[in-house]
This record gives sequence, C-alpha cells and structure tokens, in this order.
Amino acid sequence: MHELSVSQLVDGLRNGEFSSVELTQCFVDRMQKFNDLNAFITELSERALLQAAHADKLIKDNQHSLLTGVPIAHKDIFCMHGVKTSCGSKMLDNFIAPYDATVVEKLDQAGCVTIGRTNMDEFAMGSSNESSYYGTVKNPWNKDRVPGGSSGGSAAAVAARIAPLATGTDTGGSIRQPAALCGITGLKPTYGRVSRFGMIAYASSLDQGGPFGKSAEDCAYMLQAMAGFDEKDSTSLDKPVPEYTQLLNASLHDSLKGKVIGVPEEYFSEGLSADVKRVIENAIAWYEQQGCEIKSISLPNTKLAIPAYYVIAPAECSSNLSRFDGVRYGYRCDEPQDLRDLYDRSRSEGFGDEVKRRIMIGTYALSAGYYDAYYLKAQQIRRLISEDFKKAFEQVDVILGPTTPEPAFKIGEKTADPVTMYLSDIYTISINLAGVPAMSVPCGFVNDQQSDLPVGMQLIGNYFEEEKLLNFAHQYQLDTDWHKKSPSGFE
Amino acid sequence: MSISPDEVLKIANLARLQIKQEEVEQYANDLSSIINLVEQMNAVDTKDILPMAHPLDATQRLREDKVTENDQRDTFQTIAPSAEKGLYLVPKVIE
Amino acid sequence: MQWETVIGLEIHVQLATDSKIFSGASTAYGANPNTQACAVDLGLPGVLPVLNKDAVRMAAMFGLAVGANVAERSVFDRKNYFYPDSPKGYQISQLEFPIVEHGTLDIVLGDGSRKTIGITRAHLEEDAGKSLHEEFPDSTGIDLNRCGTPLIEIVSEPDMRTAEEAVAYMKKIHSIVRYLGISDGNMQEGSFRCDANVSIRPKGQEEFGTRTETKNLNSFRFVERAINHEVERQIDVLEEGGRIVQETRLYDANKDETRSMRSKEEANDYRYFPDPDLLPVIIEPEFIEELRKQLPELPTEKIIRFKKDYDLSEYDAENLAMSKETAEYFEEVARVSKEKADSKALPKIYKLAANWVLGDLSAALHQDGLEIENSPVSASMLAGLLGRIEDNTISSKIAKEVFQAMWSGEGDVDVIIEAKGLKQITDSGEIEALVEQVVNDNPGQVEQYRSGKDKVFGFFVGQVMKLSKGKANPKQVNDLLKEKLK
Repeated sequence: MHELSVSQLVDGLRNGEFSSVELTQCFVDRMQKFNDLNAFITELSERALLQAAHADKLIKDNQHSLLTGVPIAHKDIFCMHGVKTSCGSKMLDNFIAPYDATVVEKLDQAGCVTIGRTNMDEFAMGSSNESSYYGTVKNPWNKDRVPGGSSGGSAAAVAARIAPLATGTDTGGSIRQPAALCGITGLKPTYGRVSRFGMIAYASSLDQGGPFGKSAEDCAYMLQAMAGFDEKDSTSLDKPVPEYTQLLNASLHDSLKGKVIGVPEEYFSEGLSADVKRVIENAIAWYEQQGCEIKSISLPNTKLAIPAYYVIAPAECSSNLSRFDGVRYGYRCDEPQDLRDLYDRSRSEGFGDEVKRRIMIGTYALSAGYYDAYYLKAQQIRRLISEDFKKAFEQVDVILGPTTPEPAFKIGEKTADPVTMYLSDIYTISINLAGVPAMSVPCGFVNDQQSDLPVGMQLIGNYFEEEKLLNFAHQYQLDTDWHKKSPSGFE
Repeated sequence: MSISPDEVLKIANLARLQIKQEEVEQYANDLSSIINLVEQMNAVDTKDILPMAHPLDATQRLREDKVTENDQRDTFQTIAPSAEKGLYLVPKVIE
Repeated sequence: MQWETVIGLEIHVQLATDSKIFSGASTAYGANPNTQACAVDLGLPGVLPVLNKDAVRMAAMFGLAVGANVAERSVFDRKNYFYPDSPKGYQISQLEFPIVEHGTLDIVLGDGSRKTIGITRAHLEEDAGKSLHEEFPDSTGIDLNRCGTPLIEIVSEPDMRTAEEAVAYMKKIHSIVRYLGISDGNMQEGSFRCDANVSIRPKGQEEFGTRTETKNLNSFRFVERAINHEVERQIDVLEEGGRIVQETRLYDANKDETRSMRSKEEANDYRYFPDPDLLPVIIEPEFIEELRKQLPELPTEKIIRFKKDYDLSEYDAENLAMSKETAEYFEEVARVSKEKADSKALPKIYKLAANWVLGDLSAALHQDGLEIENSPVSASMLAGLLGRIEDNTISSKIAKEVFQAMWSGEGDVDVIIEAKGLKQITDSGEIEALVEQVVNDNPGQVEQYRSGKDKVFGFFVGQVMKLSKGKANPKQVNDLLKEKLK
C-alpha cells in the first residue's frame, strides 16, 4: 500500500479495497519501524487511527472530500490545536498550540489523516536539518547523509514511504532542496498562494508552504487542498485556485510540444558538480525530444541572491522571533532575577546556535547606521533579481536547472562554517526573493563514495503558474520512473 | 568589514541574547564571515532602484470593523509560564 | 537672560473602532484582564495582522479636518523593542510613509489673538498593553487587553511658545476628534494622551536648545503644569551653568514634578523596517472625496456660522463651538426658541442663550460633575425659560431661581412660575401703588433725590423690588419712579 500513488489511494479507499484505518495502520507501523530516521518530532498514531475511523465512516456515507482517509504528515511548523508545535526548537518544546493553522484546517477539511509532526531545522533555519533541537534527520538513501532542510523530516518521511504526502515550508529552498536530496517531488508555490496563518514565521516576505509527494500528481492533490485565499493573511493571494488535478490529464505530447524551456547559464557554472550536471542535461535532452525548444538564458543577478537573502531573511527573523520572550508561552528560564534576566536567559537557553546567529545578523543589519547599507541595498537587489525572472518569462514557459549543486552531503560536513552551508542554497534562494513558484523533480542518481544518491531538477515558473510546472513535471514522470524508486530497506 | 567583540555584545544586548564570554570570539568570526558574504552586494550599483519589500505588487486588504473574537483567556493561559488572577506575571519591573 | 520656550506636542488618540486595528478582538474599556486579548493581540506564534478599515477611515478623516495631505500610499513599519506590554517585541507603527502629513490648526488665546500651529504628521499605530506593578509583591502583572487598540499619533511642529498655547492646541485637537466622532477623547481612560517636547533658548536665537520629552500627560492641567515645571527646571540648569540632557521625563501628578526616566534611557535603537506581514495601504482619491463629503461641520466653520446666524460675539461663538455637545445644545435652544418666539425677539434670545449655556448651565453642570448630554435642564426647557425672560413674565433675577428649581426637577418653566407665584408684575396700576407706597414711606430720601442726589434713585428701585418680592417689571418700576419723583 505504501508504494501507491495518491490517486490510487483515493480510488482504493472509495472502492473499498482497503479502509483508511488499514491504510493509516500501515503508515503508522512504518513510522514506528523506521524511527531511527528521526523524521518525526511527535507521532500521532492514536489520534490518526481515530481520524481514520471517522474518515471510513464518511466514505461509507458518501460524504468524502478530496483526500478523505489519506494519511499525511505535517511539518512541525504549522500550528495544530491541542498538539505540540515545536518548530524544531527547545523554545517551543512545551508549546501546545491553542489554534489551527489555515493549512492544517484546510487539510483536515479535505479529509486527511495526520500521522505525525515532522522534524525540521530550528525555526526553519538550515539546509541540513542539523539545527533541530530534536537531532538530525537521516537521509533514507544513506543514513550518514543529511536529508536537506529545513523540511528534512517531511522529505525523509515521504522518501522512506512513511507518509504518502507531507507539508513543508520553503523560505530559501526548504522544500525543494530536501526534496532533491531525498529523491522525491516538492513544490514551492507562488508567494501568497498558500496561507501563512498559523505557520510559524521565519522570514515573512519569503515563507511559503507547499506539498511533498512522490510525484507531481501527488503534489497536485495536496496543493489543491492547501491553496487558496485566506482572509486572515494580508499577503494571501485573492485569486481562484485552478483545478490542478484535472489539468494534469492533458495529453503528454500535445502539451509539451513547442513549449520553450529556459536554461540559465548561471545555474551551470562553477560550483555545480559534474555528475549532477550530467543528470540535469539528460533531463533537458528528454524535454528536447518531446519537442520543447531549449533556450539558453541569463539570470545575471543570481550570484547576489545569497548575499541579499542573508540580510532580508535574518532581518525579518530577528523581529519575528522577538515574541519568544518567556512571558506568554514557550520556554522560560529558571528563577529569573529580573525582567532583563528573564529575557536574556529564556532566549539564550531556548534558541539554538544557528537561530541566534541569524537573529544577531538581522539585528545588526537593521541597527542604526547600517539600515541603508544592508537592508535597503538588499531590497534593491531583490528587485533586480525579480526583474531577471520577469524578463526571462517574456521568452520562456519554464526555467530548468539543478535544484542543488551537489547531492546529499554528509552529516556534520558543513556545520563548522555557516557560510559554506548557506552556499548550498545557491539555486533555490533567488526564487523566494522573486516570489515565483518552483519545484524539484527527481531525475536521476549520482554515485558518490559507493552510494547512489538522488538528484533533483528544478522547474521554475512564472507567477501563479503552478499548474504549468505540475504539468511539465507530470509529463516527465509519465515517461520516467526516477520518482518511483524507493531507497533500499524501505521498499 | 569585520564585527568586533564589542559589537557582538552590543548586538546581543539589542536582541536580548546572552553571549558567554568564551563565545564572543566565535560569534565575531561567524558574523564577520557572514557580513563579508553579504557585502558582495556592494559590487552592484543600485542607485535609483526601487526597494522591493514584497514579492507581489499587491496592496493591503481592509477588514470590516467587527468584533469576531471571544474571550479565550483560560485556554491561552494554560500554556503561560506564569499567570495569576488573569494576568501574565514577570519579575517586578521598576519604572 | 531672556529665555524663549519652544514646545512641540505628540498626542496619542485612541480611535473609536469596535475592534482592534489588526484583530477582531473588542476594544471596549474596562474588561477583565486579558479577556479581550486574542491570539493576534498576544502575538502567538504564526498569527498575522489584518488592517481594520474604520481605523484607516478615521485617520484619513482627521487628516482632512486639519487640512493635511492624506497619503495615497502609506506603509506600516515595525518598531522593535522588548517590553512585557508589547507582546510581539515590536509595535506596528508608521515611520517613513505616514497616512497623514502637513496639516495646520488655528488656536485662539485668552487675549483673543490667533495663532496657527503646524501639524507635521499623524500616523496609525497599535496601542500597547498595561503593566500593573501594585497587584503582586514580587511580580508585575501584564494585562494585554489594550494591545492593538488603534491609535493615531499626532505630531505637531515645534510652533508653541507657552504652556497656554500648548493647552489651547491640545484642546483644539480634542475638540476636533470629538467632532469627527473618531475618538471618545476620554482622558481618564487614556483615550487621549500627550507627550510634550520642551526646550528653551535665549530670546532671539534661531537654533533650538536641547529638548526633553515629558510623558504621561493625561489632562489639560497636567500639560500646563508639566511644561511650566520643565521650563523652570531648564532655566535653572542653564543659569547655573549646566547643560540640558536629551532625555525622557515622567510627570508625576502627585508630586507635581517631572523626573528623569533613567530606566528607559539606554540607547534606544528601534530598528524600524517595513512590516512584511502588511502591504502598502492605498487610498484612492475617490475615497478621499467621499470622506470629504461626510466631514461634519468643524469648530472653525461653526464659529463663523454662529457669528453670522446668531449674531454672537467671537468669544461666545468660540466657546460654544469648542465642544460639539455644547454647540448642539445651544443650537437646540435656538431652534426651539425660533419655533415659539417672535422673530424680532430672536437676537435677544440668542444672546441670552449663549450667556446661559456658558454661564449658569455650565456652572451647574460643573458643580454636579455632569456632561451637557445629561443635563437635567434640557435645551427645550432652557428655551422655555429664555422665552419667559424675553416676554417679561419673569425678570433675569427670578429666572435664576426658576433655573435652580428646574435643575432640581420641579418641572417646566411655567409650572414653576405658577407654583411659586413668580410671575412678573406688569400691571402698571399695581406697580404704581407700590411706587407710591415707597415714595410716601421715605420722605427724607425723596428730599435728597430732588435736591440733586441722583444716586438715591437706586435705593427707590431696590425698595420697590423688595416690596414686590422681585416680581415687579424693572423697566416699569424705573419709568414710574422717575415720573413720581419728578
């Protein structure tokens, strides 16, 4: 059952081939069996089985919704009423959320069964899942390797077939990079497509929730249920959500023929591993065979994305994380001597190193005398980057390149130097700065030290064109089986 | 540009973070190398470029002035580290 | 040395919305602690702000009322600082692009002179919660009900030179926000608060001196006192050869002094930046035009109209128009009078009405601590009283007695006149009899008068009035006495 696609699960449940309780039990068992991956912070087995039983009743009564009875996992960043929502931090280790995030509410309404809360980099700050208070998640393809981050737990859970679908959030690549490193499909929608209400903020102008699945089709199901206008989020897009699941049924060859794919030269320059490059070029060749026009393009300001991001994101985070002060919820230090001591110790003891580093950088960048040189400058660069994309999409349908410069690296390999870690997001970050949608699609493997590691290609679309991306990925997946491969030991 | 240990302490003070004496050096190094990365921005002339605060050129939506929230104090205060008589408690503040 | 004082005010006005500026929690005053602090107000992880339409409308109305520019595009920023009554660790405010800029306001001083005060800007922001220091021995209690109540902060130019000007400006702003209905202006409840920036400089010097900011001024009287104290303190410091430190000071009403708030003095670096959870607020010109049409008549226009329509003096018009409720009361008296009285009598009645509203009525209200809306003597009752003065049923003196009876709830004017037999004597026969009696009873005084001592005339008037228990028509008494004493 764990290898079935979401559409097969939906059909199977409705046709009575299996019940949601049976299905949920299967995934709950796998969650417990593979707990050495450390993909989950909180397991919700009992709660899930109750939800499943309810789903079965709804299906029996013909009252089902889009995903009734389908198990999912939530990144531990989405507030869930009555459930611990830690955001991977000691700061919120005792935080039982008193309300539901809109994404949680919407997936509940769609009938999903939540089996657990997935591990993540602390407050979504990281590219390896090593900054989690709950320890590193292991990559199912090689347990010495990182799963990527910050949504590492969700990506590992889907890759290990512990959950057919999982939610993630992407601020600088936190969905796409772990999807690539774990060999699954992940989508970061257009900024504003998925509500941010109840999603614990890292960098508000960049954060966007999205789905993880084995395939583009699976992601389309989850996005259908997650996306949509939310009056509780001022930055939410007031635009109708297309029927993603139906658009996918467009026929393979008709839909790709004559389409223009832009290949940015900056994504194939120094820093890209030769092996990864080869795999991506194979994918490009496949599209060319389908009748796509491949066009070399330039996104000249790509190199500036990381510098600009490491001003904007820390600046926003330094302010967003000020609310964690030990007063109304979350961690409070023992026996504070006075107010100052309460703040200083609660925050120093409650936050981990990477979070503190980013708060410090952000505080510095916003402080008197530096605002113009850093923050304002970064926002101007942001405009340049966004204009690069606007220009590109005047000529192309989608942009294609690698998601990451190399496959999954070893646990501990990049923790010593924060800057080295930051550079691993070189191909994903500019997308968040512009706000356009992008996804990572499995497209092959490279062998690194006797280990086969998955590679993801990144498809980038124009604003609001998630369906186009999903279609491009889906056509590819109808003809290839990279997305069907599961890591050994998890078949 | 590099960030001095003194500046580290000044920033930590603004951010209400306590940095141990033995960590100051490490922070100064880490922050300096991040700032060096950030300063690659200086290579580009951005004169007359409009800063971009949001990805989409959208404008603020306005809410009707209606009371929609009810009292949930008890629920909210069950997760409070210290609350009494309906108030959140902090160590005595002298103004 | 001759010193000149320079004053600028920052006035915080709570807007009269039902719900908070960024959440759907109630703004009602006086609820139990934290029962009106919702998830957004508490700054729970993941919550987001959505802007209240009425807060924007009210701020824009204020802008129009002071002839300011209402920005087509304004932006919310975060002001970052840690304090327990600021749950998010930042206050949402407006720095670079406020909703209102460049207004002016005319004030009238006690000597009748006018002055124009510049309004630099007015921006929207959220209020903070309250810290309660007395409730617990070792802790401070935090009540976040007030968090997120919409405020406009109105910043003046440093255009004022005396405490009197500052108070006149503050009163005028108070009057305008009440006229517009955008705030209840209740100072006890903190709906209207003021910080005063004060500096001094040698007279004739152009450059400003170092200023201090005095906070916590929640009454007109406190503003006046605090400014005067601060000016004296600064003069003392400078004349003793010291220098003024730029700092925040707190006015302590109990001790009637200002003192330095050292605790808040550590280098404030608010790290303002545009709030990424909110988008730019765009106000279309059509919306502004619509609002302009909805603007009520404001004090300045009202004063002009009062002078024209009711032939009132500048002083009366100004004082009546200062409070919207007082002006409404006055106009109601005028309206009722117009229905009943002869049109020739109206100018006199209007003048009487102004005198009574600003005089006896105002004094009675003050004494009983009542607002004019709750006056036991309604506008139509007062109009009735004025009508009886005008048609000579009672004298002005008797009218005061009738007014007191009306105030105590003894009924309408005619009921009281009837019950107490206060009707003025206008029958000339009756008055003549009284006059004759007084003249006959006082031959000595008659002698004096006739020998040229005109002053004695007042004695005769007093005697006749006394004899009539104050009810004789004074004019007739005068005329008849003159006749008799000839």
